[in-house]
Amino acid sequence: MKRILTIAALCLGAALLAGCPKKPGNFEEGATGSQVPSSSTQSAGGAGGPSTTVTPLGGDQEGVTGGRGGAESAAGKIIYFDFDKSEIKPEYADLISATARDLTSHPTLKIKLEGNTDERGTREYNIGLGERRAQAVRRALLLQGVAEAQITTVSYGAERPAAEGDDETAWSQNRRVELVYLP
Amino acid sequence: MTKLSRFLAAAAITVFSTVAHADFTVEITSGQSEAVPIAVVPFVSVANPDVLDVAQLVGDDLARSGRFKTLDRKDLIAEPHSGSDIAFDDWRRLADDYILVGTMTPQTTDRYTINFELFNVLTHQRLLGFQISTSTAGLRLAGHQIADMVFEKILGIRGAFATRIAYISVLGHLPNKRFRLVVADADGANPHIVMESTEPLMSPAWSPDGQSIAYVSFEERLPSVYIQHLKTGERQRVSARAGVNQAPAFSPDGKQLALTLSTRDGNLDIYVLDLATEALTRITDDPGIDTEPEWSKDGHSLYFTSDRAGGPQIYKISLAPGSHPRRLTFQGSYNARPRISPDESQLAFVTQEDGAYRIATMDLSGRNDVQILTHGRFDVSPSYAPNGAVVIYASRDHGRGVLAMVSADGRVQQRLVSTEGEVQEPAWGPF
Repeated sequence: MKRILTIAALCLGAALLAGCPKKPGNFEEGATGSQVPSSSTQSAGGAGGPSTTVTPLGGDQEGVTGGRGGAESAAGKIIYFDFDKSEIKPEYADLISATARDLTSHPTLKIKLEGNTDERGTREYNIGLGERRAQAVRRALLLQGVAEAQITTVSYGAERPAAEGDDETAWSQNRRVELVYLP
Repeated sequence: MTKLSRFLAAAAITVFSTVAHADFTVEITSGQSEAVPIAVVPFVSVANPDVLDVAQLVGDDLARSGRFKTLDRKDLIAEPHSGSDIAFDDWRRLADDYILVGTMTPQTTDRYTINFELFNVLTHQRLLGFQISTSTAGLRLAGHQIADMVFEKILGIRGAFATRIAYISVLGHLPNKRFRLVVADADGANPHIVMESTEPLMSPAWSPDGQSIAYVSFEERLPSVYIQHLKTGERQRVSARAGVNQAPAFSPDGKQLALTLSTRDGNLDIYVLDLATEALTRITDDPGIDTEPEWSKDGHSLYFTSDRAGGPQIYKISLAPGSHPRRLTFQGSYNARPRISPDESQLAFVTQEDGAYRIATMDLSGRNDVQILTHGRFDVSPSYAPNGAVVIYASRDHGRGVLAMVSADGRVQQRLVSTEGEVQEPAWGPF
């Protein structure tokens, strides 16, 4: 039985390799603003771009949270949340508005809102919290005239932390919604 | 803290490269003072390093349960192999209550016969006497089965050493993580990769017959629920609806799957999917997060987590149409992810205490007494052994995900530390 199980695992591995879309980077890449269309183009790639850019995670969080907003901001496409909260803080109003302008002025443009939580708590309940955060951003965009069809949401819960570590420094960077333009 | 044993017999590694190489060290972090003393005598006089030491495995199983205290091999006063060789008076002076003896004889190049006998040292009574014939590959299972028989004979509780666990292991670091769904023996040995992905895998759940595992995969960058047959490797995507597809749980008869889905507005509710007809029935309907369903043993109700009253709490709802959920937990502001003991006398769940997440149990017989079993900061994902004696759960050790076990009464704690990667979301398979 052991042998059969192993063979099955091998086959599956092969099937998986064949069946899975190639994605050299991961979602941080898609979330970086360098690939976000500013105003004139829709062709900027999302996850499929050849270069892997990693969202800065370090101490320069002011740049992220300081209301710099705007689609041209590389790290600005992430909205951070307080512990156990899904309310969007006022400092992200500019970011929401700029994103809504992008989407309303480019009706074929699509965006994916990826909700995340920190690692504390149960994994499936965290999926719910991540979804709640993604929905909060979705509602904010809908209120500013973005069409429902342009927005999808996904919750990764605690499964895709942006920073590793069992402390608030890491957790504060993990409680987030990433705004990812789809190719 | 006694480091009891390392598990990774050379025999466990097959020629196939998909065998996971994670190696578990089992540490008993706190034991039970009234553990039963037992001597497990080697089955062969001269150990062959190429062949599994079955008696050692039996002894390790028993010691790791926390219910037994095995005599150290260097303290053995003799090495009897059958009842007629045992000088009972000498063993009694060592304060051993029981002695297990046996022989292991090669029949052909790949086949062994094991004879074993269990005696009560005080009464000289022979409690067990069996012969097992097995291939070399079956020696490990044979050892676990012997441990099961000894455990049940002496304690009156069915042993669960010959069962399996599933878990998720995460290898590598950001942004290049790999996620694996692994099935291993209950002691962590024999790990086999069921599924591997660069995107998260979550929430493994066993089918009641132990043949399949349901899980969540983000391989398409959206969550889908799959059911994968372990022997054939065939898998079926059973839910990839818009929004959330999470938290699968097989009904006791294996014909239905409870799972969490969401509406377009992101409201998570619990549904039941009939696996034959694909009919979907909505069970909960509340604006809060309803998730983490767990079936009652009769298949007529679901236990689940809901934050409809603010923080997450545990509820139970009948599947009969028009039923309203009943809240079960009231102590504390965070109680989630219920799992019921095999006899449904107890509920294990995650509770928050002083900002830490710990495994607790609640008595379901009416008194609703809550007992917090663990003392970590990030203890989650409890899962009962099929005999109900032990709860396996995910914990963290120096920033790394590890598996740990605690006896259902909280008295025996142990930790399975993997040598490779992070380990999370253990699910204990059926007998």
